[in-house]
Amino acid sequence: MPERLMALDHVTMRFGGVTALDDVSFHIDTGEILGLIGPNGAGKTTCFNVVTGVYEATAGDVHFDGRSLKGLKRYQITKRGIARTFQNIRLFPEMTALENVMVGGDAHHRAGALAAMLHLPVYRREQAAGTARARELLEFMGIADRGDDLARNLPYGYQRRLEIARALATGPKLLCLDEPAAGFNPAEKQQLMELIRTIRAQGYTVLLIEHDMSLVMNVTDRIVVLDFGRKIAEGSPAEIQSDPAVIAAYLGAPDEEVA
Amino acid sequence: MNLTAEFQNLVRPIRRFWSDLFAPLRRAWARQPRPARWAIGAIGIALLYLLPVINPPIITTEPGVNFSSVLGGTIVLYVLVALGLNVVIGMAGMLDLGYAGFYAVGAYVCGVLTSKHASWPWIASLPVAVLVTMLAGVILGSPTLRLRGDYLAIVTLGFGEIIRIVAKNVDWLGAAEGISNIKRPVFDQWEFDVINTDPYYWLYLTITIGVVFLLRRLVNSRVGRAWTAIREDEDAAELMGVPTFKFKLLAFAIGAAIGGLAGVLFAGKNGLIYPTTFDIQLSILFLAAVVLGGSGSITGAIVGGVLVSYLPERFRFLKESRYFWFGIVLVFIMVFRPQGLIGSRRRRRELAEPQDQPDFPGVAGSDLAEAVEPHEGGTRHA
Repeated sequence: MPERLMALDHVTMRFGGVTALDDVSFHIDTGEILGLIGPNGAGKTTCFNVVTGVYEATAGDVHFDGRSLKGLKRYQITKRGIARTFQNIRLFPEMTALENVMVGGDAHHRAGALAAMLHLPVYRREQAAGTARARELLEFMGIADRGDDLARNLPYGYQRRLEIARALATGPKLLCLDEPAAGFNPAEKQQLMELIRTIRAQGYTVLLIEHDMSLVMNVTDRIVVLDFGRKIAEGSPAEIQSDPAVIAAYLGAPDEEVA
Repeated sequence: MNLTAEFQNLVRPIRRFWSDLFAPLRRAWARQPRPARWAIGAIGIALLYLLPVINPPIITTEPGVNFSSVLGGTIVLYVLVALGLNVVIGMAGMLDLGYAGFYAVGAYVCGVLTSKHASWPWIASLPVAVLVTMLAGVILGSPTLRLRGDYLAIVTLGFGEIIRIVAKNVDWLGAAEGISNIKRPVFDQWEFDVINTDPYYWLYLTITIGVVFLLRRLVNSRVGRAWTAIREDEDAAELMGVPTFKFKLLAFAIGAAIGGLAGVLFAGKNGLIYPTTFDIQLSILFLAAVVLGGSGSITGAIVGGVLVSYLPERFRFLKESRYFWFGIVLVFIMVFRPQGLIGSRRRRRELAEPQDQPDFPGVAGSDLAEAVEPHEGGTRHA
């Protein structure tokens, strides 16, 4: 019996007159790779933003690890175990790759200003562990050779991978990837697919927004399809591929009511 | 318009310029074995202490101005101030336009405790002044730092002026005449007087080195990383688990405390303080020190502090007006930002820096039409 990690419960998100998410419910089980797909403007990123606390849902609730995320600050949600990457890379450009990852690792550190100034044992321990863990993650993502370069000087592919490393450093239970393959060539996409599988094999649960259909179909266990802020389908990749509502949403069906 | 963001856009190229310029040097330094670094550092510090004794030609400000007095009474203070303000502006990316206010609070606490209303020894007033300014920083910061945008810039601007005007109008603080006969530092047989100013320099230099030592440790810790992360991308920092308000308040309090400390040193050296010293021009001069140094690194702050304090003394004949230095700042702006301060957004978008594209435009304040996933189908930013 799979354990339920996160559930969106009738989540609605409105911006003024625009309804970005309309009564969306789905869940993700521990150890799963769930794909979140949909045409442009379907509400996928909004969905991420609600889950990670960037937006507070107009209605509905998100449960994570058995508890509601309502009222939590963004950094508290991160500490609970949800980490994300960004559709448009948002690294800390003037910090080195290693430091970027260490910021993620610091989410669970406690040493404050005094401990740092006096080099108290708690600081030494956390600093050493944090550095080691960050190096490990850079190694894991295959970008350790540029670890001491400033993030802004890294090539695009490295920056994408660095974002994933930084997110993993926060020690998440759920990793949310927002179009991690954007701008990748087929070979790089193939690599990324392998990587996502490896990440899952290490015990992480993955929520994946992706535009590339072959990638989504190959790597995910289950797919949720959004269109105009509503969930129009949910199922295995095979089911989704043959779902008439999904096909209509993607290819356009002028007179057909899609619901 | 967001002043804080525009300000950071202004200083970013300067920061990058310095950072790239010194990157090879930094790498070479890191490659040196530990003993070598220690040795070089020790020699450098020894030379710093010996500076007024050696009184090196060309570098010295004499015969115009007493070199030792400039070192201890001006340069070290500006370096300290730049270090403190750099924590707020350069590291955490906030905008403080009233830093002279904290400087004034420190100086006045020292004046009140050692001369006006009590006769404490100078050294005893120092920790009190640091605590009071830190508290002032927390009181000022806790309501304003919760908000995004320019609230802090506005509040600090007001704070700087309020402090000056209060000091000028309250008799308890000496009103326009200020406070005189402030106690000088006394350490056993060390003579701190007007003629022999070397001890001031040595004492103040020691304090500054102590501050640098502690700041370096902070910068290399979780605290420093959190500050830089906030400066670079506050939203992303928070989503990576950084409690942004807490760390911004910490930066602001530490910056305030260092400003207060510098104020105490100023009062101890001068023996006399009056309100007009702490005007808005002083705040802007402090700001210029941080900006010139590249804002963000400790070395940069030191360089900036030295630049704005040493050069006017060395080239006394040019010191008709401080606006000369603002001229230099303007030249910097023209070199690094020929497109000007305002109206640059489109240009930046054209340059398409990845970090400039908001992932959640609703929060960033863009129009709602964009609010639902603004741009999909990734563009490649090399």
